[in-house]
Formats: sequence, C-alpha cells, structure tokens
Amino acid sequence: MKIDQSLPLEYSTQQNQLNILGFWVFIGAEIMLFGTLFAGYFVLVDRTGNGPTGAEIFEITPVLFETFILLTSSFTIGLGIHAMRKGYTKAMIWFYVLTLVLGVVFISFEVYEFMHYIHVGASLQTSAFTAALLTTLGTHGAHVTFGVFWGMFIVYQLIQRGLTPETANKSFIFSLYWHFLDVVWIFIFSFIYLKGMV
Amino acid sequence: MEYFERFAIPHPSQAIYASMVAIGLTVIAIIVGLTYFKKWGYLWREWLTTVDHKRIGIMYLISALLMLFRGGADAIMMRAQMAVPDNTLLDAQHYNEIFTTHGTVMIIFMAMPFIMAFMNYIVPLQIGARDVAFPRLNALSFWLFFMGAMLLNISFVIGGSPDAGWTNYFPLANNEFSQSVGTNYYLFALQISGLGTLITGINMIVTILKMRAPGMTLMKMPMFTWSSLVANVIIVFAFPVLTVALTMGTFDRLFATNFFTTSDGGMDMLWANFFWVWGHPEVYILILPAFGIYSEIISTFSGRNLYGYKSMVGSMVIISFLSFLVWTHHFFTMGQGALTNSIFSITTMAIAVPTGVKIFNWLFTLWKGKIVFTTPMLYSMLFIPTFTIGGVTGVMLGMSAADYQYHNTMFLVAHFHMVIIPGVVFAMLAGLHYYWPKMFGFMLNEKIGKWTAWIIAISTLLAFMPMFVSGLDGQARRMYTYSASTGFGLWNMISFIGAIGLTIGFILLVYNVIYSIRYSPRNVGSDPWDARTLEWATPSPVPYYNFAKVPHVISTEALWDAKYHQHELFPEPYEKIHMPNNSGVPFLLGCIFFAWGFSFVFGMWIPTILTTIGIFICMAHRSLEKDPGHYVPVEKVKTTESKLRGSQL
Amino acid sequence: MKKSWLRLIGLSTIVTMLTGCDPLLVLDPKGPQAQVQAKDIMLSIGIMSFIVLIVFVLLAYMLVKFRASKQSPDYKPPHIKGSTKVEIICVGIPVLIVAYLSFISVESNYKVESTPEKYKQEEPLIIYASTSNWKWHFSYPEEDIETVNYLYIPAERPIEFKLYSYGPITSFWIPQLGGQKYAMADMVNTLHLAADLPGEYMGRNANFNGKGFAENTFNVTAVTQDEFDDWVKEVKATAEPLTEEKFNTLLEPGHVGQSTYTGTHLTFLPAPEGENGGHQHGTSHIKDHASQQKDH
Repeated sequence: MKIDQSLPLEYSTQQNQLNILGFWVFIGAEIMLFGTLFAGYFVLVDRTGNGPTGAEIFEITPVLFETFILLTSSFTIGLGIHAMRKGYTKAMIWFYVLTLVLGVVFISFEVYEFMHYIHVGASLQTSAFTAALLTTLGTHGAHVTFGVFWGMFIVYQLIQRGLTPETANKSFIFSLYWHFLDVVWIFIFSFIYLKGMV
Repeated sequence: MEYFERFAIPHPSQAIYASMVAIGLTVIAIIVGLTYFKKWGYLWREWLTTVDHKRIGIMYLISALLMLFRGGADAIMMRAQMAVPDNTLLDAQHYNEIFTTHGTVMIIFMAMPFIMAFMNYIVPLQIGARDVAFPRLNALSFWLFFMGAMLLNISFVIGGSPDAGWTNYFPLANNEFSQSVGTNYYLFALQISGLGTLITGINMIVTILKMRAPGMTLMKMPMFTWSSLVANVIIVFAFPVLTVALTMGTFDRLFATNFFTTSDGGMDMLWANFFWVWGHPEVYILILPAFGIYSEIISTFSGRNLYGYKSMVGSMVIISFLSFLVWTHHFFTMGQGALTNSIFSITTMAIAVPTGVKIFNWLFTLWKGKIVFTTPMLYSMLFIPTFTIGGVTGVMLGMSAADYQYHNTMFLVAHFHMVIIPGVVFAMLAGLHYYWPKMFGFMLNEKIGKWTAWIIAISTLLAFMPMFVSGLDGQARRMYTYSASTGFGLWNMISFIGAIGLTIGFILLVYNVIYSIRYSPRNVGSDPWDARTLEWATPSPVPYYNFAKVPHVISTEALWDAKYHQHELFPEPYEKIHMPNNSGVPFLLGCIFFAWGFSFVFGMWIPTILTTIGIFICMAHRSLEKDPGHYVPVEKVKTTESKLRGSQL
Repeated sequence: MKKSWLRLIGLSTIVTMLTGCDPLLVLDPKGPQAQVQAKDIMLSIGIMSFIVLIVFVLLAYMLVKFRASKQSPDYKPPHIKGSTKVEIICVGIPVLIVAYLSFISVESNYKVESTPEKYKQEEPLIIYASTSNWKWHFSYPEEDIETVNYLYIPAERPIEFKLYSYGPITSFWIPQLGGQKYAMADMVNTLHLAADLPGEYMGRNANFNGKGFAENTFNVTAVTQDEFDDWVKEVKATAEPLTEEKFNTLLEPGHVGQSTYTGTHLTFLPAPEGENGGHQHGTSHIKDHASQQKDH
C-alpha cells in the first residue's frame, strides 16, 4: 500500500479514497431509502383508520430530548474527527466513546417513545399511519443501533491498533454515517413530529 | 401437523414431483462427481472463495444461463397451455405460479446476472484496472444474488411458488388472497438479491470513477463502460425504493401491518407506485448495458469508430433521468385523471427520442464501414429491426387514452418481449459470442452461432408478433385459458410454434458451447476480432492480475491507437502488483442469508434470530480482520506474461 | 394529410384481412370512446410504420452497401466523429413526431375522461360496478336494481360506471365500447362509456386477480331506451330482493353465474367514495366479511 503523506490520513491510500467515495455513493442510496419511507409516510399520514392521529400520540418532551442528544452527538463526533486530524488519538477515542454513549441514550429515549405509542394504542398493526410512522422511525433507530455497535468495533480498533491509515479511514467513514443519521433525524423532527403536532 | 403442512406444495402435479426427483438426482450427481474427481478443493479455492472479478463474472454468466433455461421451461409450459383453446394441460393455479416465476426469474435472475456478468468481466478490463474497487464486496454481491435466486427456485418444491404475478400487486399478494408461502419467497428472494445488486451498483460506480487507466478521462471511456456507469447510477437510486416496498409488503404478510391492505387505512395503490418507481428504471438498468455491448460490437465489426460518441453518452444520461419520471404509465388506468396521465404520457414518449438517437447512431456507424458478418454482428443487426418494432409499440402504449385499450392485454406482453428479447437477450448472446474468446481462450463455432441467431430471431417474431393481434382482439394477459369462440386460437398456436423455435435456438446454443469446447482451435490470440478497446490488449484467457503493466490511454479506442497509430500502450516498466486475498466469508454470508430468508418465509423465528446474529458476526469479523492483500513479484509477472504471450506469438 | 389517411385505411384493411373476416375487437368500436381510441391506435400504427420503414431501409442500405465482401481488401474505414447537422435531424424529427403524438394523446385523454361529446345532452345513467372474486356486481341506484355478471345498458346514452372492488385490484373492460379502468377497494373510479348501437358486447376483468381470473367475464347487452325501461320494470316485478345476507354469500370467492335482484347493495354497503372514502374508514366491510367467512 502506497501511503501519500501529503493527504490527510483517512485519504492517504488508494483504497482509503475508494472507501470514502464508495460510502458517499452508499449515502446516496440511503437518501433514496429514507426518501421512499418519507414518501410512504406522507401518503399514509392521514390514513389513520380506527387508530389515533399523530397529534394525539406525539409527545414533545422525549422528542426534544432525542433531538438535542443526537445533535450533540453529531457535534462530539465532529470534535473526534478534529482530534484525529491533529493526531490526538486519546482525545479522539474519548469523543467517539462520548458519541456512542449519546447514541445509547438516544436509543433508550426512542424505546421509551415506542413503548408509549404501544401503550396508547398505536402499535404497528393499528393503522396504515402507525405502520408508516413506526417503520420510518424504526428504520432510523435501527441505523443508530447498528451505528453504536459499529462504533464500538472502531473504538476497539483505535485502542488496539492506534491511528493508522485503516483505522483513520474507518473512523472518518463512521463519522459520515453518524452525521447522515443526524440529518435524517432533522427531517423526521421537522416533517413528522412538528408537522404532525401542529 | 399443521405446522409441517406449510412445507408441502399446495398444488402438487406430476411435473413438480418429477422436478423434485430431478433436483435430488442432480444434487447427488454433483456431490458424487466432485468427490470422485476430487474437485472439492478446486471448487472452494478457485471459485467459492474467489474475489477475482473475472471469475465472479463467469459465475454470474453460468447462473444467468441456468436461469434462462428455468425461465424458458416456464415459458414453454405457458405457451403449450395456451396453444389451443380450453386446454387442460395446466390448471389455473399452476399457470398463475408459472407466469409469476417466469417473469421474476427472467428479469431478476436471468437478465440481471447476465448484465452483471459482462459488467464484472469487461468493465475493469476496459478501463485498465486490475479488479473492482471492492473485490470482497463483489463476491458478496454475487453470493447474495445467487442465494436469492436459489431461494426463489426452491419455492416450487417446498411450500409453493409465488402466484400473484411478478408485479406482485397488493392486495392480491396479501395473505387473504395468496395463501401459500409463495409470495414470502418472492419478497425475500428479491430482497436478498436486490441487496447484492445495490452493492454491485456502489462497487461499479467507484470502480469506474476512480480506477481508470492514466489518460482515460470520462469522455474517453469505451461505450460499454459508460453504459455500465449510467446503469449503476440508476441501480443506486432505484433499488432502495424496492427495498422499502418489499419490506412493507413483508410486514403486511408476516406482521399484519396495514400498508397495502384494504382496511385500517391501507393503500393498495402505494405498492403499484413504489414497484414501478423501481420497476421502470430497472428496465433501463437492463437495456443500457445491452446498448453498450451493441455499441462495442457494431463499431468493431464495421471497422469504424462509434458514430456520435457524445450524443450516445448524452442520450444515456437523458434516458436515465427520464426513466424515473415515467412510472405512472404502467397504470394509466388507475384513475389518476387526465392531467397526470397527460404528463406521464409525454415523458414516456419523450424517451423515444434519445433511444432513437442511439438507433440512428448505430446505423451511421455502419455507414462507410467495412461490415463483417460474425455471429455477434449478426445478433446486433437482427436486434435493430426487431427492437425498432418493439420500441415503436412502446410509443403507442405511451399514448394514455389508447393505453386504456392496450393495458393488461397481450399487446403489452408482445411489446415488452419485443423490447427485452432483442434489446437485452440478443445483446447478451451477442456479448457471449463476442467475449467468449476473451473469457475462455477459444471461439464459439461461427456456423452454428449464425444458425442459432437466425432461429432465435425468427422464432422471436413468430412467438410475439401474433400477440399484438390477439391483444387488439381483446385477449387479456395472464388468462390460463380461453374458449374457442374468442378466435384467439390461431394466434396462440403461432406463438407456441415460435416458443418451440426459441427452445430449439437455445438448445443449439448449448450444443455450440459443447461442440466448441471439443473442436474449436485454441490459441486464438488476444485480439481475434480486430477489436478497438482495452480489454483486447490482455492475453486470452486473461491472467488474474489483468494487466502486467498499467496501460496509458489517449482516446476511446486505446487498442486501435496502439495497433494502427503507433501509440505506446504500456510505457511503464514492470512493477510488483498488489492483489486482494481470497475469502470464504462472502460465500458463508450468502449461505447464512439463504437460511435467514428461508426462516423468514416460514416465520420460523428462532432460526431467524440465529441467522441474523450470524450475519452480524460475519460483519464484525470483516470489521476486525486485517486484509492487506498480497503482492505478485515482478519475476512472477514476467514469467506468466512470457508464457501467455509467447504461446500466442 | 389525405395521403396519410389513405395509408391508414390501407393499413387497417391489412390488419383486418390478417384476422380473416372478423375485425379485431378494439379496432371495431361501437361507442364514441372506443372510436377515439381506435382512431389513435390506427394513427400511431401509421406513423410508427413509417418510422420502422425508415429504419429498415437505412439498415438494408448500410448492410448492402458497406459489406466487407463488396469492398477492396485494403479499404480503411474513415474515422467520423459525428455531425451536428445529422444529430439535429435525428433529434428534431422524432421530437416533432413525439410532440404531435403528445398533442393527440392529451386531447384524447381528456375526451375519454369525460362524457362523450355526442351524447352530452342526454342524462347519464349511473351504474356502480364492483368486483369480488371472481364476479361483477352491477348496481343501478336510480332504478334500484342489481345484476350479477351481466349488464343491460341503453344505447345512445352516456353511462357513468362507478368502479370499485371487494378485494384485489380488477379492471373493468368492454373493448368495443372503450378502454378499461381499475376497480379498487380504496376509491371509486369513474369510467365514461356509451354504446352507439344496440347489440351484445364482451366485457371482462382485464387485471389478474387470482385463480378465477380467466372466467371473470360479463355480458353486455345494449338496447334502446324503451327496451331498457321495459327490462327494468320486468326485473322489479319478478326479481327477488337483495338482502345483506344474500349479498354476503355472493361475495364469497367463486363463480356464481348470472342473477338479478331488486334493491342494491349500496344501501347497506356504500361504495368507498365521499364520506366512505377508503382512507378514512376504519375496519372495512371486507374485513368484516372476511371474519364472517371464517365463522362459517
């Protein structure tokens, strides 16, 4: 592997560059995935059958918490990448750990939220609206959960192997993924919760 | 007891029992054969664990040919059932299952792997690369596709085939109306192979954008590479839509949600929309690489450069864009009103313009050329007139008011077969003959090849032209029988004769392969067709590292420049070559996905959970693994090259 | 323009001759909507044949003129990049053709989506046509009668079919009167048709809906308005009433042949339109029905 010292570590080999571009293309596919889920949600949002509407079940407090936590985690992972660029491996690891902890807290809130929905009679089977809502939120939540596990593997490798072109590359790609999930959440927050509560 | 009843076939027949025996015997024969000839190790080392894009391409090719015969067997049974009025060869349920699997197999498991085969094999060679960007993922793509295909193919012996049409419209496809597990098979087979396709899409885009030889700018890429790039961009944007639609359908069937139901707010029309938002671009995913292959072949055998390169590229980009804006034309009759229909009618007909540009560019490539009629060229020349007929009927179908009469009739069936068979299948057969010497180091017999081409082309016309007529006479598609008084009998009989002709054609193709393996001369050289592009600059068969030295390119026709314009293709000295390591994990992961899909199909939750964990373990393994690849030393490259080149020159 | 019409007539004779004596159903329209569509079809066949002809001629010319066997062995084909002029022609002419066809297509679409011009002054007859596996229910709300698997309509009067389905998507199609439209569980589609002449026409479900699809047909009899009125009277005098119970047995999957009732199912099971629109109602009739079926 030829390492090009003039480039940032995560871009320094040919394979690293391929990986990063590949991940951007993957994010393109993810945009289509969430785009389709949103399209389905908007089509089905008023089709509540005998079940409740969004305004009846949405609760602002956990959603605000979730938003705040996820936005913060996006910031902390940004700090992690900043530390990586400066070569502060330890700081970087701590920021990554912090990010993952915030991710776990986010998921906990979301689990609570889902239990609340089921409690008030809005389960997956209730209506087309609840199915679309829980599937869209669930897909995002599953992505975050996957991300937490993925991030744990990356932190482990950072500790074991230090900052190498490979680990830097993986960490950078993971940060792209995390930011992307944050962007998706902003859409969920605006177009599902806020729009649904008005 | 009831638990095990789900595994039984809901509508058993002699043919299905015979197939079960045949499948069993084939599996035993393969196992015995591999053991007797001590080939297990060879199979594992050279094929199951390979990450070589050429090997993977060949595996795609073999799968595609197998599936062609599976789908073809379905087709001949359908045409036989329809050949005479009031036929009782098949009952309604059996017929429904057969046309469903015919459509699914032919599109997803025949046409797709066929283009994947050529994209895998040819694209890296054409751009002067040594493999794709992510060789390991490439192997995973193949195994996901293959296991998806196998999952669909075991459906008819375990639990029953899908029976709601390849379009799988809800609510027909929901539990209430499609009671066997067949539709579950459909959902999971497409989901698993679709995942593989998406991964290929990402892989190919990165490969083409980042791994081209020095000097090959985007506008100096050969046309097949361009068409692959555009097709893969469509894949990345279209397949996630299918993923979501399939997931929602799965939830409806397995978890009683109400996405596409007729109660609790469910919306049956949503499936049709999602399906065709994916489905129409899918057609272009198939046809654009086919167009790319035609471009290569027509240019080669006209002895000329491709006419209107820029407009060829431009028209593909426009087609890819428009392909996402026409999906409603698959259901003009759904009642969305005259305005919506008008808009989609116009976008649909607009696609005819860039497609027409391509036809005319091929015709002008012939102009002032020196046309040699080889088998690939013959297929290409038979493609132009037959595809034109299919294409113009597409414009007719695009006229929304008239489509109210064509929709759901044999006219539509005739149209899409007249587009897909000449457009995709002829291209794949042309490509097969064209690239065969590159893949295997000998040519397919030209005489048998030409006979095959003529038989297939004439049979295609015989099989599908009558359907235009019977469609206009009111024959709806997907009817398992009709009465003599309808007058459809004659047309369907002609179609049946055409179907027999196609069967003969494809059997001849197999015969040609066997004949050529035995009798065809070896040592055909690296460039038997006097071709123009970079893939022909490698020895045949291609060494696993493709290019011993990195080629330098100055135009779209790198090899032509080297052969006739004193361009130095390989100016660099020998260097050690970095190559990826083989891995068994993609194959293993494919097997786990197969078990995962199978568990889901039957709602067996414990195996589902276990296989899900298995999938994540494979991913974790990949994350932690160190995979630096290996280097091929200069000495070894030199000896390989002199052996390969020396024996030819 | 005249010449092209001549060619069209010539073409239609060829197509007719191909089929022996009987003209193809779609090209033998008996109503204004089918006429619009048949005209569009013949026009597009004409234009498209012209394009196919051009491609064939060009291809034949190239293949004959530029075969290698006809050229000297040392002929070297030139390198031709392409020419803007040719490209403009290759794009321009198809654009013109597509534009023309688009114009026709849009115009015709508005025609077939509205009451036929010819019969605008007549009061349209409204018929609710619904499907269940694998039969057709025709409700005449004004006449207050209902038929199964056959249809009586007055000729020379516009008919508005209100289409919906108890189950899978189906498609209501009477080829000689006009093109098809979907019947779905979730919304009511309107199809405007009219028959010019009294007569018997074939009608069927054109969209695959399972095992009984092939036989999912119905007979259409168009009669004069007077005869239609007589038929309605006769039905009212002789047919038994349609009860909810009777209708539920009719909904069960299967083939039931033809039958006639007084009253319509619309009174106890309204169509999914307006207030009953699919997206607002909760557990629908179908689900009720399905659960009833399970009880049996």
